[in-house]
Amino acid sequence: MKLGWILPIAASLMAGMSVPAAAATLQITMDNLVISPAEASAKVGDTIEWINNDVFVHSATARNGDWDINMPAKKTVTSILKKAGTIEYYCRFHPNMKAKLTVAP
Amino acid sequence: MFVRLSAAIAAVSLLGSPAFAQGAAKPTDPQIAHIAYTAGVIDITAAKQAMAKATNKDVKAFAADMLRDHEAVNKQALDLVKKLKVTPEDNDTSKALTKQAADKHAELEKLKGAEFDKAYAANEVAYHKAVNGALETLLIPNASNAELKSLLQTGLKIFQGHQQHAEHVAAALK
Repeated sequence: MKLGWILPIAASLMAGMSVPAAAATLQITMDNLVISPAEASAKVGDTIEWINNDVFVHSATARNGDWDINMPAKKTVTSILKKAGTIEYYCRFHPNMKAKLTVAP
Repeated sequence: MFVRLSAAIAAVSLLGSPAFAQGAAKPTDPQIAHIAYTAGVIDITAAKQAMAKATNKDVKAFAADMLRDHEAVNKQALDLVKKLKVTPEDNDTSKALTKQAADKHAELEKLKGAEFDKAYAANEVAYHKAVNGALETLLIPNASNAELKSLLQTGLKIFQGHQQHAEHVAAALK
């Protein structure tokens, strides 16, 4: 009986604070000159763990200029998504490495 | 036979590197390892020349990228031949490549400033194109060891990336 009114309040509170509550971590891997997954979806506030398994330096460079992540060889770097949009990105050093990230608001 | 060989030489010459035509006689794994390693050393030498002579900042940065990547690939190649106990074997293709590269190095050495930048970038496009052609049609198909083949395939992907990168740099200089 009590839960009957608590739940809607909890739900509306969560909706109002959805960004910090729902922030997730997504892994994107560069392995043998291939970015995977080639298409990924995330939300503003989410963290991307960029994992570079190669002995080469790679970058994740957004074509629209939103971000440019540098990944030293055999290292993992993280970044937090700040802007929504469908972003095509590539490696500056090996432009044949391409992928897409869709960031929901 | 003579006609076919001539046609092959003509085709490869169009790619800017007649050296590879001599490898038409099916290279062995030790020869393939030598050719691939030599191709890397050549681009490292060219990169060092460019880092000293280039004036455009994108060209300088590109040269630094080439130095870093080709050194990384060649280190993997050395580790692999050691592991496989293969001794890379010098051959006519490697010799012709080295000779051509020395000639190109001397030609570029005479240029200065923007002239050098353009000539280096154009040669990097042509050189990577020629190496990629050789990897695809000659070196990868003839490699019998699976690990060597796999390293050459990684090399092809990275050199294709370099070719595109070089094309961007060259296009921006026009």
